[in-house]
Amino acid sequence: MNASDKTIVSLTHVAKHFGAVRALDGVDLTVTAGECLGLVGHNGAGKSTLMNVLAGTLSADKGTISVHGHDLSGRYSVSTAGENGIRCVFQELSLCPNLSVAENARIFHPSLTGFGWKRRAGDMIHAKLDEIFPGHGITPDDVVADLSIGKRQMVEIARAFTTTNAPLHLVILDEPTSSLDAVTSGQLLDFVRKVVGSGISCILISHVLGEVLNYADRIVVMKDGLVVASKPGSDFTRDTLVAAMGNVVEVEEIKDHQAFEAKRGQTEIVIEARSDTALDSVPLVAHRGEIIGLAGLASHGQTTMLLKIYDAAMRNKRTPKVDGPVALVAGDRQTDGVFHLWSISRNVGVRSLRRMVKRGLIDPLAEAALGREWQERIKIKTPDMDDNILSLSGGNQQKALFARALASDADIILMDDPMRGVDIGTKLEVYDLIRDEAAQGRTFLWYTTEMDELYNCDHTYVFRDGAIVADLTRDALSEEKILQSSFQESA
Amino acid sequence: MTFVKTLSQKAWIWSFVGMFAVWLATAVYTGGKGSADVLTAALSFATFTVIVGIGQMFVITTGPGNVDLSIPSTISLSGAVAMKIMDGSNAMLAIGFAASMGCGVAVGIFNYILIRVLRIPPIIATLSSSFLILSSAIAYGRGLKIKPPPLLADFTTAQIMGIPVLAIVIILLAAVMGVVLNRTMYGRSVLAIGQNMRAAWLAGINVERIRFFTYLLSAVLAALCGFLLSGFSGGASLNMGQEYLLASIAVVVIGGTSVAGGKANVAGIWGAAMFMFLLVTMLNTFGASAGIRLIMTGLIIVAVITIAGGDEPQR
Repeated sequence: MNASDKTIVSLTHVAKHFGAVRALDGVDLTVTAGECLGLVGHNGAGKSTLMNVLAGTLSADKGTISVHGHDLSGRYSVSTAGENGIRCVFQELSLCPNLSVAENARIFHPSLTGFGWKRRAGDMIHAKLDEIFPGHGITPDDVVADLSIGKRQMVEIARAFTTTNAPLHLVILDEPTSSLDAVTSGQLLDFVRKVVGSGISCILISHVLGEVLNYADRIVVMKDGLVVASKPGSDFTRDTLVAAMGNVVEVEEIKDHQAFEAKRGQTEIVIEARSDTALDSVPLVAHRGEIIGLAGLASHGQTTMLLKIYDAAMRNKRTPKVDGPVALVAGDRQTDGVFHLWSISRNVGVRSLRRMVKRGLIDPLAEAALGREWQERIKIKTPDMDDNILSLSGGNQQKALFARALASDADIILMDDPMRGVDIGTKLEVYDLIRDEAAQGRTFLWYTTEMDELYNCDHTYVFRDGAIVADLTRDALSEEKILQSSFQESA
Repeated sequence: MTFVKTLSQKAWIWSFVGMFAVWLATAVYTGGKGSADVLTAALSFATFTVIVGIGQMFVITTGPGNVDLSIPSTISLSGAVAMKIMDGSNAMLAIGFAASMGCGVAVGIFNYILIRVLRIPPIIATLSSSFLILSSAIAYGRGLKIKPPPLLADFTTAQIMGIPVLAIVIILLAAVMGVVLNRTMYGRSVLAIGQNMRAAWLAGINVERIRFFTYLLSAVLAALCGFLLSGFSGGASLNMGQEYLLASIAVVVIGGTSVAGGKANVAGIWGAAMFMFLLVTMLNTFGASAGIRLIMTGLIIVAVITIAGGDEPQR
C-alpha cells in the first residue's frame, strides 16, 4: 500500500453487512489518476455496494477510505466525496423526475446562482451531451419524467462530467451502457477513453465483458463481497475473465448455440400488430412458439409497440391482434416493475394470484412455494424470499421480475429490454429458459439493446422513428444489417 | 415476511397504546368512577367512525391523491332517504335498508365517473360531488323530523353485558375487511396499486376496476353508517355526517395506514377511533374549555403519529 502521488482513492479492508448478507467482506481497492478501472462480477457480488461506499451514499462498517492520501474514514459522506471530485452515475438513476434536464444539472452545481442560472445550467449540460452523445435529441427544457430510460441515462452520465468550480477526479459509471443502444454505448466508451487521457479516472462496471476488455486499463473482479483478481486488462481474455468470476456456465458463442429451425408457418399466428406511424414496411407477426426480436436504436418505438400489444390483450381489443394472455417483463424496474413495500415472494407471485386462490382466499403456502421454486430455477440470490425486494441487488431484482412473468399463466411474454444489470452467467441460463419455454409453445417478444441477444430470436424486426423498417430472419441477421436499417434515411 | 410484519405491527399498536393511556388517565382522574361506562360509550361512538374509516382506508391505500371527501354528505343522504322511506315503520326496515345501500352505490358510481371519465382529481371530484349529494339530501328530506323504526333504534342501542351489539357486529366486519385486504385478489391489488399504479397495470392488475370497487366500497360503507347512525341517534339530520370528514381520515392515519399508499391496517382503525373518542372524553373530564380541547386534540394526534414513526421514507 504505498500511496504514490498518483493515487486518487484507496480503500482498505472495507466491509459492509446488511443483516445476514455480507455485501462487502474486506475489500481493498486503489484507483490512480488517469486510469480506467473495469469492475466485473456476478449479480450480488458487491460491486454496487462498493461504489455506494465510494460515492458516500453508504458508510462502511469497517475499513479505511483515503482520498489523495488523506484518511477520511468515519467522516466520509456524499459531500466529502463531491468536494474531492468523486462522482457517481448510479445504476438506479438518481435524477429528479419532476424537474427539467437543466434543473437537474443545477442540483449538482450550487455555484450556478443568480439571474439566468437556468439558461447557464442548460447550456452546460447541453454542451456536455453534444460532446459525449452527438445527435442525442435532448433539450435542456425536457422534463426528465418524459424521457425514455436510455435518455435519462444519457443525461445522468453527461451531468456527472460537467464541471464548474468543484474539481473532478473520478467518475464511477455503474452499468452505464445497460440502458443504451450499441451506438450510444460506443460514443460513451470512446468519450471515457478521451477523458481518461486527460488525467481523470473512471470506474466502469459492466456485464458486457467486451466493453471492459476493450476499454479498461485494469480489471478488478469481485465475487461474494471480495476482490478475487486485479490485473491489467491486457492480461485477461474473455475466457480467463469469466473463469475469474467463477462462472460454471461454459461460455460458447450464443450464435452457435443451437441450430435454429424455421418455425414460421408451422404454427398459427398469435400476434399481428402495426405501429401508429403508418410507415411500416411490414407488420409485426409472431407465430406460436416463436421468439421475436425488436431491434434498432434505443427508444425508437419498440417499447411503445410492446405496450400497445399489452394494452390490447388486457382490454380485449380487436387490433392489434393478440391471441392469449400476456405478461410483461419490465426493463425500467423502478417505474414499471418493482413493488417496493413487498417481499421478493410477493413480487414474484403478484401476476399469478388467481392460481393461488383457494376458497376465495390467497393461499400463503402456495405463494411461498412459488417463490421458492423460482428462487431455485432462476437463482435469486437472497437468504430469504420473505425479505424486502429492495434488499436484492439490481440484477437480482430483474430476475425476480423475470420469475414473475415466467411463473404466470401467460402464453405470450413481452420483454422490454429485460436484461439490464443481469450478469452473463444468469443471462445464458435465462436464454436457455426462454428457448425451452418457446419450444413448449410460449411466444416471446423481446426488445433488446444488446446485439448478441438477437441471435436467440427466430425473427427480428428493426424499428426506426416508431416504425417497423425491416424484418430479418435468423439466417439473414447481422449487426451490419441492423445498423444499416436503423440509420437509413435518417437525417 | 418478518420484516414487513414487525413494521406494520409497530404502526398500529400505537393507536391502542394511546387509547389505553388516555383511558387510564381519565380513570385515575375520576378515581375509577364510571370508567367502564366510558368504555361502553367509546365503543358505541367509535363504531360509526370505524365503518367509514374502513372505506376511507381502502381509498387512501390506492395511492397518493386518493381520498373520499363525500363521506359526510353520503351519510346524511343515506340517513334522510332511509328515514323518509321507512317512516318509523318496522315493516319497511328492509326496504329502507335497500334504499340506503342504493344511495351508497349511486354515490360510488357517480364519484368514479367524475374521476375516471372526466379525469378530475379524486380530492376535487369527491368534494364537488359532496355538494351535489348534500343538496339532494336537503331537497329530499326537507323538514326532516322522522323517528327511526323501533326495531332499528333498539338494535343500534342494544347492549350485552355493557358491550354494544352494534360494536360486536362492526368488529366482525373489520375482521372480515382485514382478511379482504390481506388475503384476497382485491385487497392485494389495492396494495399493489397504492405502491405503483403503472407497475400494477403491467403486472396484470385491472387497475380501473379495482379503483372503481374501492370508491364504491367507501360510499356504500358511508351509506351503511348513515343508516345505522340515524337509528342510533333517533333520526337523521342534515349535518349528522359533518364530523366524519376529518375523523375518517384521522383514524386511518393514526391507525397506521400509509398516506403514501400501499400499506394499510384495519385493526389500527378500531384503536384510533376509540382513542379519538376517549381523548375528547378525557379533556372534558379535566374540565378543559372548548378551545383548549381542540388544541390538545390536535397536539396529541400529532404526538401519536410522530411516536408511531409515520411512514418510512419513500423513494
